Amino acid sequence: MGVTYRAEAPDQIVIEHLGAIDLLYHHRSGATHLVAAPMPQILEALGDGPATVADLIGRLAAQFDFDAAEDMASLLEQRLAELAALGLVRVDG
Amino acid sequence: MRHEIGLGIGPATFRIGSAWRAPLDALARLYAAYPPVDLSRRVPDFTVRLQPTRPWRRLIRPSIFIAGDHWLPEAAPMALEHGLLAAEMGMNLQMALGWRRHVLLHASSVERDGKAIIITGESGSGKSTLAAMLGERGWRLMGDEFALLDPVSGAVFPFPRLISLKNQAIDIATAGIASERLGPLMAATAKGDIRHLVPRADAIARMKEPATPALLLFPQYGPAADRRPVDPGEAFVRLTQASTNYVALGEAGFRALTRFVTQVPAVALDYPDSATVFAAIDDLWSRIG
Amino acid sequence: MSAALLVAVLLEPGEALRLDARHWTGLLAAARGERLIGTLAAKLDGLDVPPDVAAILADARLDNLRERRQALWEVDRALAALAPLDCPVVLLKGSAFIAAGLLAGQGRAIGDLDILVPRERLDEVEAALLSAGWEWVKPDPYDDIYYRRWMHELPPLIHHDRDRMIDVHHTILPLTARPRPDAAAMIADAVPLEGGGAVLRIDDMLCHAAAHLLADGDMAGGLRNLWDIHCLILEHGEAPNFWLALDRRARQHGLTGPMRRAVRLSHRIFGTEAPAAWLKGAVFDALFEARLLTRNDWGLEERPFLRLAFYIRSHWLRMPPLMLARHLWTKWRKGYRPVGP
Repeated sequence: MGVTYRAEAPDQIVIEHLGAIDLLYHHRSGATHLVAAPMPQILEALGDGPATVADLIGRLAAQFDFDAAEDMASLLEQRLAELAALGLVRVDG
Repeated sequence: MRHEIGLGIGPATFRIGSAWRAPLDALARLYAAYPPVDLSRRVPDFTVRLQPTRPWRRLIRPSIFIAGDHWLPEAAPMALEHGLLAAEMGMNLQMALGWRRHVLLHASSVERDGKAIIITGESGSGKSTLAAMLGERGWRLMGDEFALLDPVSGAVFPFPRLISLKNQAIDIATAGIASERLGPLMAATAKGDIRHLVPRADAIARMKEPATPALLLFPQYGPAADRRPVDPGEAFVRLTQASTNYVALGEAGFRALTRFVTQVPAVALDYPDSATVFAAIDDLWSRIG
Repeated sequence: MSAALLVAVLLEPGEALRLDARHWTGLLAAARGERLIGTLAAKLDGLDVPPDVAAILADARLDNLRERRQALWEVDRALAALAPLDCPVVLLKGSAFIAAGLLAGQGRAIGDLDILVPRERLDEVEAALLSAGWEWVKPDPYDDIYYRRWMHELPPLIHHDRDRMIDVHHTILPLTARPRPDAAAMIADAVPLEGGGAVLRIDDMLCHAAAHLLADGDMAGGLRNLWDIHCLILEHGEAPNFWLALDRRARQHGLTGPMRRAVRLSHRIFGTEAPAAWLKGAVFDALFEARLLTRNDWGLEERPFLRLAFYIRSHWLRMPPLMLARHLWTKWRKGYRPVGP
């Protein structure tokens, strides 16, 4: 599995926390996104550098308790695909 | 253009040109109390043109096409007797598509003691009528259509154009008002019956004076009275939908609106009649420090 | 005529400092009408203009930044959507000027993204864009058949989230037009960009701009297209063999006539320098010049009959007569009229 994910550079993104949701302003596109967990956490974890899904699970595990039964990998892949469609995450390989 | 007039409303200035005299005469009468804009000395922010749809339609079955610096190719032509409305729509269009110095909110606003209530909602929510009535009841009317949020200071600036009253609201809001302050009744326009009301003298004299936003209201005219707080996330989304230049302003717009919704309490008000809504507003206002 | 004043100030921004309020008003209205307000604002940046004018120009410069950002983002998104196809994607017009950092891109209004791809890859490109969130702009059966049969591009697509249009071209002129530019050569010789995608070679850019100005369309908004041509020549005209290569390339595309006329008009209106052989006058140039300078101080185009003549000419250029009659008939039945506001 050679697919790695990269987040937009941190200086391209402004995040404001408004209660349960986060508002995200993306400079390069000029778009505002309304995001809820786990999107901001994924972006933050990718801030430590490009990662595969397995890397990402490792990084997020330090922060969150996962339900072992859940298929984390496919859940994360879905979220990452959504972030990629918005241009907030790039897919390499 | 055969005829022209210069107008200043709040921070914006306009040059309105027309192929016909009548619409500008109507504007000149209703805007007489506003500070004049001398077009030989002042470069207006926007040009509005009321032009014939075809060259011969100036005289034969006159038909107005609204154009200017900013215009919509698909805008429907209007009858000459609705020329005043055409001019107002032309100015609104310039603001909606061209104004960049504030976040432009499709909202009415009123002020007291330096603090403002911003009233927004879809058309039919009564925001224009409410502001018009509050403007006759001890509040300073800041505008019935656009509120201008300053991205630098967070203050709201007025845009007190003529108040546009529609259909049943005309009789309700013009009761007891002198005829000098009223425009002609324009029946059966594309928006229904329309009549313009000149804001009170204090609203015009203080049209460059901003206020600090203190309350955001989402009124809804309906059968049952109800009142509920609106959380900042929802308020943010609804304000971006009520702004025509949010995207154009980029990060400045984002910062201005996030600041606005974190600092200003927002309330949704359902009301069956004006007595209910005024009582609710008085009550909410009394709780604001 | 304010279009002439606009030209004078674009060429010599210092001239603006002598204007009174009335002239400023006319200048700004004409610049907005020609979609050159961004260019004007960029040219006047730093000059000590009256405060009411300064505020308007500052707004226009803010819009320039946004136009630029949005144009580059649309390029990024289209390239991302098409990346899996491994197909050449050549940016055209304003987006290309901005992506390649050309003078012609300064303050330029962009609007749609135009790209050129090989004709045989069109179906794949269309499918990739549709699956990445672009969709047809309300298809009208007549227009759709017309586009697919005769045009040089797919019917326009709009992105359902971002609300921005993309025009996918497989050549630079409609198939019904008489000149048949060599699109394959344009794509083969395109200049790759660092961030992906490519732009046309400068001589092809000029051929495209000339074709767009003179062989396609009724010249409404033509002043801006001519300004593009002026800027491209200003920036590259002194390169060795520039004119020879341009001449050869224009001939290859069957665009010698439009290219020569575009250079003459740019010389007449903007004083663009060109070799004497390129400037031998043609009788109708004055008419074209008049057509390009019809904008008055209300931002309105004057001379309706001259404009109508150019409208009819534009359809004549693109279509054989019988097709033209059929096309105009279909448009008229649907209530379309050529002389706009």
